[in-house]
Amino acid sequence: MRRTLLAASLSALLCSSLAAQAADRVLSIGGSVTEIIYALGAGDRLIARDTTSTYPEAANDLPDVGYIRALSPEGVLSVDPDLIISEAGAGPVETLEVLTRAEIPFVEVPDGFDGAGILAKVAAVGTALELEEEAAELAEDLRTGLDAVAAKTASLPESERKRVLFILSTRGGRIMASGTHTAADGIIRMAGGINALSDFEGYKLMTDEAISRAAPEVILMMDRGGDHGAPDAELLALPAIVTTPAAKTKSVVRMNGLYLLGFGPRTADAAMDLARALYEGL
Amino acid sequence: MVALSEPSPHNLTDQARPLDRRILARRLSVLLVGLLAIAVVVNLALGASDISLWGALGKFLSGEELTTLERVVLWDIRLPRIILCVLVGAALAVSGAVMQGLFRNPLADPGLVGVGAGAGLGAIISIVLGGLLPVGLQSLFGSYVTPVAAFVGGWGSTLVLYRVSTRGGRTSVATMLLAGIALGALAGAVSGILVYMADDQQLRDLTFWSMGSLAGATWEKSMIAGPVILLAIAGSTWLAHGLNCLALGEAAAAHMGIPVQRMKNAAIFSVAAATGVAVAATGGIGFVGIVVPHVLRLATGPDHGTLLPNAALLGGALLLGADLISRTIIAPAELPIGIVTAVLGAPVFLWILLKRRGLVDQ
Repeated sequence: MRRTLLAASLSALLCSSLAAQAADRVLSIGGSVTEIIYALGAGDRLIARDTTSTYPEAANDLPDVGYIRALSPEGVLSVDPDLIISEAGAGPVETLEVLTRAEIPFVEVPDGFDGAGILAKVAAVGTALELEEEAAELAEDLRTGLDAVAAKTASLPESERKRVLFILSTRGGRIMASGTHTAADGIIRMAGGINALSDFEGYKLMTDEAISRAAPEVILMMDRGGDHGAPDAELLALPAIVTTPAAKTKSVVRMNGLYLLGFGPRTADAAMDLARALYEGL
Repeated sequence: MVALSEPSPHNLTDQARPLDRRILARRLSVLLVGLLAIAVVVNLALGASDISLWGALGKFLSGEELTTLERVVLWDIRLPRIILCVLVGAALAVSGAVMQGLFRNPLADPGLVGVGAGAGLGAIISIVLGGLLPVGLQSLFGSYVTPVAAFVGGWGSTLVLYRVSTRGGRTSVATMLLAGIALGALAGAVSGILVYMADDQQLRDLTFWSMGSLAGATWEKSMIAGPVILLAIAGSTWLAHGLNCLALGEAAAAHMGIPVQRMKNAAIFSVAAATGVAVAATGGIGFVGIVVPHVLRLATGPDHGTLLPNAALLGGALLLGADLISRTIIAPAELPIGIVTAVLGAPVFLWILLKRRGLVDQ
């Protein structure tokens, strides 16, 4: 810890044009940040991750410092990072204060639920890791993928666009669904769909009638595996949903949560998969 | 006098005579001070990061400079956390004992004076609506918005309950109990409305708040909570004699020269102050207020003169133990301490109930 600080300050003193020693004990907080770090080929510099970082498989072998909003100061210090890269919203404030006192660089990556947001994340992570070139290459790849999806979906006539309802959970028959300004809203737009619920922000518990009135043609859910997600038959039989067009055509799409909502390197693929699931023959 | 010469833990639970019990209680106090001291050292030495307490202590004594990691972990993280933990554990346990004495009900806990419900509501309001505060106020309170709101909520609801149940200068504890249920339901309903309005990140914050945690312990929090809790605990020892007399009934206590109403006021407001600060600093931590006084009553009897100080010691030591588990069991992540106290406390409580049903049924 002290040695790296010393090295950092020494090199800064010696020659400002000489690249400072890049961080090689990186703690990544947030699933999309971790994915970007691996995509930049810097996975070997990671020493720990947070609970939401579950992709790629190798990330699961790293120590888990807990949930992004409830980080424990000593837990974070114990993995001895020399750089922390985090999605927006890490906390609590007390932990961040301790990290400042311990003189550990903390980089917060901006959030954004569209293509530009992903590219901005990649650029920010690249800068933090001093991998600007690799980041530019990755951004170029991702831009190609994102543009491809955008081109495909742009050809859809307005009248054929499907109304999609994203359901976060159906615990006890009560439906928690997504309004605007969420990752779910973002991916539905990218895939050429229309969010069936656009009159509120964030995720909310919905009344049965509101869902019925929203008349979704497709229901989108996270594929959680196990017994968490209600099976399709059960889902479509819920009073809120049974009257909707989606129930008549039995249109339920399930995708992995981090893949679908992560807004990282795989999002162009996820948007394309979703678009293909929404529109046959796309 | 066999029990005196052999003060082993097994004898503590035996039906000793009152005189024996008082001596036993004193010995128990000494034991608990020792336990607390051990718990403090263990919590200072163990944690997620593998720095050596002894190494750091050696350096400190020989005037050598500590590394940044040693200084931050020991001085900025563990020490304030230990202090806050002991304070909160003591506050919850003593408040529980006082409430049980005041309500003459073994199931009473600080929640009965509305602190829990009110503090919870305050916390929810600050988390969900905190963004609506004027910017000036936001920067004034900074990260203390939620603790301050929880404290104000806890005190506010205690004041309302006190007003409702006090008529003609007399507080009816029965009315207070029932009004507390009503107020709890009301706070629950308002919380429900706010939860409905909350976004998913605020919901996560709320969930974590309600499970309690000492991870946010800082020197400032310990320094704010310390005087309030210590005063409340010191004040409650003054209540001990009154609470003992109250066990015979309010009328009997009054005949014995106890200023019953003044004592009730003191008890209610010291509990509200101590638990209000504790809940504000750490969120919801359950079961300490019930389990600690019960264990001690079984061991050394119901005399509040010894029960209250021992409850403070055992509460502090117990919460340190729970926090040690919370900090280390899934390191480097942390398990909310409310989960630990409930997982440990609930079975112990059930076991006590099964073993000593007679004590509760009396």
